[in-house]
Amino acid sequence: MIHSLFLINASGDIFLEKHWKSVVSRSVCDYFFEAQERASEAENVPPVISTPHHYLLSVYRHKIFFVAVIQTEVPPLFVIEFLHRVVDTFQDYFGICSEVMIKDNVVVVYEVLEEMLDNGFPLATESNILKELIKPPTILRTVVNTITGSTNVGDQLPTGQLSVVPWRRTGVKYTNNEAYFDVIEEIDAIIDKSGSTITAEIQGVIDACVKLTGMPDLTLSFMNPRLLDDVSFHPCVRFKRWESERILSFIPPDGNFRLLSYHVSAQNLVAIPVYVKHNINFRDSSSLGRFEITVGPKQTMGKTIEGVMVTSQMPKGVLNMSLTPSQGTHIFDPVTKLLTWDVGKINPQKLPSLKGSMNLQAGTSKPDENPTINLQFKIQQLAISGLKVNRLDMYGEKYKPFKGIKYMTKAGKFQVRT
Amino acid sequence: MSPRCHPSLYWNTHSCPTPSGLSPEKTEPLTVPRGASPCHIPTSRLQGGWHLGPRSILVALLGCHCNSTRSPASAALSTLTWCRHDDLKEMLDSNKDSLKLEAMKRIVAMIARGKNASDLFPAVVKNVACKNIEVKKLVYVYLVRYAEEQQDLALLSISTFQRGLKDPNQLIRASALRVLSSIRVPIIVPIMMLAIKEAASDMSPYVRKTAAHAIPKLYSLDSDQKDQLIEVIEKLLADKTTLVAGSVVMAFEEVCPERIDLIHKNYRKLCNLLIDVEEWGQVVIINMLTRYARTQFLSPNQNESLLEESAEKAFYGSEEEDTKDAKAEAASLAKRKPYVMDPDHRLLLRNTKPLLQSRNAAVVMAVAQLYFHLAPKAEVGVIAKALVRLLRSHSEVQYVVLQNVATMSIKRRGMFEPYLKSFYIRSTDPTQIKILKLEVLTNLANETNISTILREFQTYIRSMDKDFVAATIQAIGRCATNIGKVRDTCLNGLVQLLSNRDELVVAESVVVIKKLLQMQPAQHSEIIKHMAKLTDNIQVPMARASILWLIGEYCEHVPKIAPDVLRKMAKSFTNEEDIVKLQVINLAAKLYLTNSKQSKLLTQYVLNLAKYDQNYDIRDRARFIRQLIVPTEKSGALNKYAKKLFLAQKPAPILESSFKDRDHFQLGSLSHLLNAKAVGYQELPDWPDEAPDPSVRNVEVRGTPRREKRKEKVEKPFYSDSEGESGPTESADSGESHHGGASSRGHHGGSDSEESGSSSSSGTSSSSSEEEDEEEEEEGSGEQSEEKEGEEEEEKRKKRKEKGGLRKPSWCPAFGAVRTYELLHRMAGEGLSVEYCFSRRPFPGDPHMVAVQIQISNNTDIESLAPGDTASVVMGIDFCDSTQAANFQLCTHTRHFYVSIQPPVGELMAPVFMSENEFRKEQGKLTGMSEITEKLTLPEKCRSDHAIVQQVTSAANVGRVPCGADNEYRFAAKTVTSGSLVLITLEWREGAAAQLTVNSEKMVIGTMLVKDIIQALAQ
Repeated sequence: MIHSLFLINASGDIFLEKHWKSVVSRSVCDYFFEAQERASEAENVPPVISTPHHYLLSVYRHKIFFVAVIQTEVPPLFVIEFLHRVVDTFQDYFGICSEVMIKDNVVVVYEVLEEMLDNGFPLATESNILKELIKPPTILRTVVNTITGSTNVGDQLPTGQLSVVPWRRTGVKYTNNEAYFDVIEEIDAIIDKSGSTITAEIQGVIDACVKLTGMPDLTLSFMNPRLLDDVSFHPCVRFKRWESERILSFIPPDGNFRLLSYHVSAQNLVAIPVYVKHNINFRDSSSLGRFEITVGPKQTMGKTIEGVMVTSQMPKGVLNMSLTPSQGTHIFDPVTKLLTWDVGKINPQKLPSLKGSMNLQAGTSKPDENPTINLQFKIQQLAISGLKVNRLDMYGEKYKPFKGIKYMTKAGKFQVRT
Repeated sequence: MSPRCHPSLYWNTHSCPTPSGLSPEKTEPLTVPRGASPCHIPTSRLQGGWHLGPRSILVALLGCHCNSTRSPASAALSTLTWCRHDDLKEMLDSNKDSLKLEAMKRIVAMIARGKNASDLFPAVVKNVACKNIEVKKLVYVYLVRYAEEQQDLALLSISTFQRGLKDPNQLIRASALRVLSSIRVPIIVPIMMLAIKEAASDMSPYVRKTAAHAIPKLYSLDSDQKDQLIEVIEKLLADKTTLVAGSVVMAFEEVCPERIDLIHKNYRKLCNLLIDVEEWGQVVIINMLTRYARTQFLSPNQNESLLEESAEKAFYGSEEEDTKDAKAEAASLAKRKPYVMDPDHRLLLRNTKPLLQSRNAAVVMAVAQLYFHLAPKAEVGVIAKALVRLLRSHSEVQYVVLQNVATMSIKRRGMFEPYLKSFYIRSTDPTQIKILKLEVLTNLANETNISTILREFQTYIRSMDKDFVAATIQAIGRCATNIGKVRDTCLNGLVQLLSNRDELVVAESVVVIKKLLQMQPAQHSEIIKHMAKLTDNIQVPMARASILWLIGEYCEHVPKIAPDVLRKMAKSFTNEEDIVKLQVINLAAKLYLTNSKQSKLLTQYVLNLAKYDQNYDIRDRARFIRQLIVPTEKSGALNKYAKKLFLAQKPAPILESSFKDRDHFQLGSLSHLLNAKAVGYQELPDWPDEAPDPSVRNVEVRGTPRREKRKEKVEKPFYSDSEGESGPTESADSGESHHGGASSRGHHGGSDSEESGSSSSSGTSSSSSEEEDEEEEEEGSGEQSEEKEGEEEEEKRKKRKEKGGLRKPSWCPAFGAVRTYELLHRMAGEGLSVEYCFSRRPFPGDPHMVAVQIQISNNTDIESLAPGDTASVVMGIDFCDSTQAANFQLCTHTRHFYVSIQPPVGELMAPVFMSENEFRKEQGKLTGMSEITEKLTLPEKCRSDHAIVQQVTSAANVGRVPCGADNEYRFAAKTVTSGSLVLITLEWREGAAAQLTVNSEKMVIGTMLVKDIIQALAQ
C-alpha cells in the first residue's frame, strides 16, 4: 500500500519525508516535479503519476503537495482519501496545516503518521483515537511537560480502538453538557448571461459540536426529512434507523465532527437569493472597455445577505481597471488579472454596484471571452432548502444537556456567466 | 494510571544487553587517520560485551564516512558535525529521560528532513528499553527507519521485543510485534514467524489485528514463508471480530490472492460484518469480494442485458459485427435455463448497499464498482447518485471519480442521464477536471439532450482556457459523428470557428472538420475551399497536414485550387514540419494521378526536394511514390493500380471515447485509471458459465440445537442493535444467526471493554447458570447428553460439558498418580464440594480440548444428589495452549459460585508416539529460539530410570520415545489445541548432573514446561 510520503512546498522543497516500508529515495519526486512543470498551475498536476517503478499519488492542500509513493495496485481513491484524512488530522491537531506548523511540530507529526499507517495500511485514522495516543500540543501542555517531564504519548490502548464505538472515548466528563448543531447549506449554481438559472442545487451539512458526559445516545429528527435526497453519514449514525424512520440516531464522537452531509433533491426548485446585473463591454475600436455590475437580493425570505464577495478572472488583454464601488473595497491584480470586490452586506434600499472602465492592451483585438463572475455570500438563520430540525433527544444519560441549532446558507460554487 | 497498565513495569532492562559501557568517557574513539571521522565506534565493547562477530564492526565502519582525503576546511566542518552528533550521543547516554527525549526529538527531526542519522545507531538502539514511553516510541521510529541498514546492531534490540511479546498489556504486545515485524532484517524471519503465529491466537483482537498487519511484512521480507503464512491467514480469516477482518483480508490480498478457496467458509461472515468494519478495511474487503463473486456466481445480466446493450451499441451507429455477436449470444442464451440469483450473491449486494452512504469516498467508489461489475442491470442505477455526490469533494477525488464515471457512462448511459447538469463545467474547475467532465457530457449526449449540451458547449468555446477549448471542439466533433441529426449544425459551428482569432482553436477545428467532412465530402466543397485559404495563415502542423490531406483526397471537388495549394506548399516545403511534408508528398501524388498536366513538374520538384530530406521516412516515401506513380520501363504492374491505391474510398474515422473498453479493468483500480496493468493488479475474472458449487460457503453448524441459547461475547456489531429484529438474512445460515440472537438479549455492547479474564466469566455466566441447574436435576440418569456449550468467541475458548457417570478412564498415563485439585471447597460451597483432575484422556467431543474430570460431592442436602454421594462429569476446555485460567460459574438453584480452572502447562498436551529417527528429525527443525536448555541436579531418589520417567510423566502429559543411549530420556507430546510438537530430552550425565532440553515452537509452553519438570524432578 502506501510506501512513503513526501511533503513538498510551493517552491519545490521536500520538507518532510516518512517511510513505512523500505526507504524510497527522494529522487522519485523528480517525476513529480516534471509533471508539476508541465502543468501550468498547481491544481492541474495530475493526482496520479506513473513512473517506471512507482506510482505517485498526490493531493494539493494548503499550498502543500502531499505525495504518496506506492508500488503496487491499490485503489487510487483509497490513497487520496487517506491523504486528505492526514491533512484533516493535522488541521485538527495544529489548528492550521501549514509548512511552518508542520516543521515546528515535526515530532508530533511523525508520531501521528506512525500511528496512522502500519506497513502502509491505515491503522488509526479516527481523530478521537489518535488524540488519545498522541496528545495534541497546547501551550499549557508544553509547559507542564517541561516541568513535570511527562509526555505527549499516551501509554494505554485507546478504549475506542477496541470498543464497538471506536469514534468515542470512554470516561468523557464535562461540567457543562452541551450539544450544538450547525445546519449549513451551500448553493451551487450556474446562472447564464440573461440571468436564468442553468443549474442549481443545494448541498448541506450538519456539523456538530458535542460535549456531553458519558455515553449519550442522541436522536435528531427533522420536520421535513423527505427533502433530503442523498445523504452520507458519519459512521456513528445508525443506518437502519434512518432507512426505516428517517431519524438520525447515534452515539456522538466527542467534540467537533460532521454528522451528515446531504443533497436536496433536484425536484425542488432552488431559490436563488441574489441576482447580478452586469454590463461588460469590450469595444473593438478603442482600448477602453466598460465594466459595470450590480448585486441585489432576490429570494431571501426577509433575511439580510452578508459577506458578499465578487471575484472575476478578467481576460489577459485587460491591462488595468479603474473602478468605483458604491460600497466595499475592490482590488484588481494586474498580474493574475483577478478582480476581487469585497461588498459586505447588501442593503436592499441602496444596491451595491461597481462601475468604471477597463484599459485594454492597445493594438490587439478585443478578447473573445467575457469573464465569469464568482459570487460568495452568507445568509444567517436560514436554511434555503427549508430543512428544519424537529427535536433532539438524549438517552442513556441522566443529566439535561444544553442544545442549540443554528442555520446558515452560503454560496458554494456560485457562478454567473456573462 | 493503574500500575497494571504501566508498561514500563514490564520493560525491565536488566537482562537485556544494554551497552551501558558505551558512554563516551569509557570508550576509545576509533580514530581515522587524517581528519576526524564523524562517528566513532567502540570496537572493543562491541566485540567483548555484545558477542558480535567481526562483521558488525565492518558494517559500523562502513556506516561512518571515513574520508581520508579531506581538506582542512572540510575536516573542520566535519569536526563540527561530529561534535553535534557527539552531543546527541551524550544526551542519549545520560540518565535523564528529558535529555534523552530531547535528543530523540532532534534525531527524528533529522530523519523527517531526510538527513542521515544512521551513525547514531548504537547510541539510539540501547534506549530501546527506556522506561519513558515517548523516548521508546521515538526509538522505534528510528529503529524501523535504520534497522535495514545496520542489521547486526539491530539484532540487539530483538530481545526487548521478544519480552514485549509476552507482556500482559495488549498494547505492549501489539507494539512489540509491530516494531519487530517492521525491522526488515532477514535473520529474524523465524522469530517473526513464531511471533506472528503466537499473536494470531492472542486473546486480544488488537494483537491479532497487528498479527494480520505483520503478515505482509514478513512475506515481503521472505516469500518462502508463504505456506506457513497462508495457514495463519486462514486462521485469522476465521476470526469473527470486525477489528481483524479488514487487516487479514489485506494480508490475504498481498500474500495469496489466488487462494480464493480460503474465502468460501468466511464469505457470509465477511458480508455480515462488513458494515461494522473500519472504513479502510471495507474498501479492501469489498474489492476482494468483487473478485470472489465473479468466480463463484453467474452473471445476473446474462439474459436480458445483452440484447439491450446491443441496442444501445447500434445507437452509436456501430458495426454489424456487434449485433451479430449479440444475436448469436442471445440465441445461445435462449437455450439456457432461467437465471436465479444465488442468495449469497444477493447477500453481498444487499449488505454493501448502505455503504454507498459512507463519508469515505474510497468506500463509496468500492461499492460503486462492485455494483457495476456484479449487480443486475436494473439495480446498478443506485450508485449514480452517490458518485455524483463525490463530485462535490476535493478535486483529486473528482478526478478519480470522473474517470470511472466516464467508463461507466459508456456502458450504462441511462444511469447518469438524470445527473447531466452535475457535469456542467465551471470556469473555476482545474483543466483536467474540465476535460473529464467534457468526456462524460459527450458520452451522455443523445438525441433528446444534444441541443442543451451543444448550447453548453458553445459557452465553453469562449473560455479562456485554450486546452479546454480544444477539448470542447473535439467533443463537438464526437457528438456530430455519433448523432447524425446535429451533424450539419456542428459543422457550421465549427466552420465559424475557423475565423477565430486563436490559432489553436482554428487548428483544432480544422482537424475535427476534416474528420466530419470525410463522412459526406461531396456536399462541402465550399468548406474545403475555405480551408484551402487557411494554409496561408495557419501554422499549427497538425492543422496544415489535415488541410492538405483534405485537398488531396477531394481534389476533384476543388480542381482549380488544389494545384495552386501544391505550388505554395512546394515553395515552403523545406520549412515545413515532417507530418506536413508527408502530406505535401501525398497531395502531389494524388494530383499527379488526377491532374498530371498541371502538376507534373511540381510533383517532380517536390519529390526531388524530398529525396534529399533529412528525415528518412520522407526520403523513403518520396522514393516509393516516385516508383509507384511515374511510369518507367522498370516499374511493374503496380503502376496501373496507383490511382486505385491512392484514391480508394476511405471509411470515415470513428471518433470514440478514450474510455471505451476500459471496463475490462476493475473499476476504481489504479490500473483502470492508468489504462495499463499496474504491478500486482488482480485481473477481474469473467463470469463462469456454470456456477461452482454454492455449498462450499455453508458453514457447518457446530453444536446442538441449544446453540441459540448461547450468549456470545462477540464484539457486538454496532449496527445490529437496530437490526436485531430483522434477524438473520435469508441466505445467512444459522451459523451466522448469532448476531440477531445476541442483540435480542438487549445486551448493549456500548461501553464494555473486551479485556481478558474477568469478562470471560461474565460471558458464560448466564448460560452456565441455566444449564447447571438442569444438570443438577438430571443428575444420575447416566445418559450422556451434551449439556453446555459456552462459547467465548473472543478467547476462542470452548467448554463442553458432558454428563454421565464417572467412568474409569480407558487410558491412563503410564505412571504417576493423577493429581486432583480443588475447585470449590466444602465450606465455601455450603456443603457442595467440587474437585477436578486432568484425566489425560482425549476429550470425546472435540479432540482439541483438554478433558477435565469434575467430581461433585454433596455434603449437605441437594435435591438431585443424595448426601454424601458424589457425581462425576467430564468437561472439555479449550485452553488455546495457554495457561490462562478458564473462569466460569457453577450454579445450584440457590447459589452461584465463581470458579476457575488453571491448567498446569503439562496438561495442555497429549502424548504422541514416534520413533527415534522421527524425534531427531523434528528436533532438528525446532532449534534456535524454540529450544530451551536448562542444567539441573538430580536428587538422590530420582536417579533411576523409573523415577525419572515417572516424575516427568506426572509433570506433563507426554509419551516416552525410545532411545538408543541409556543415559538419555526422550518424551514427545503435542499441544492439544494447535497440535504443535513438544519434545523433551533429559540427558543424565555422570553423578547428579543432568541437562533438560525442551524443543517447542510454543516458546511460552517450553519455558514453563522446563520449570515444571525441574520442579518435579527436584522433589
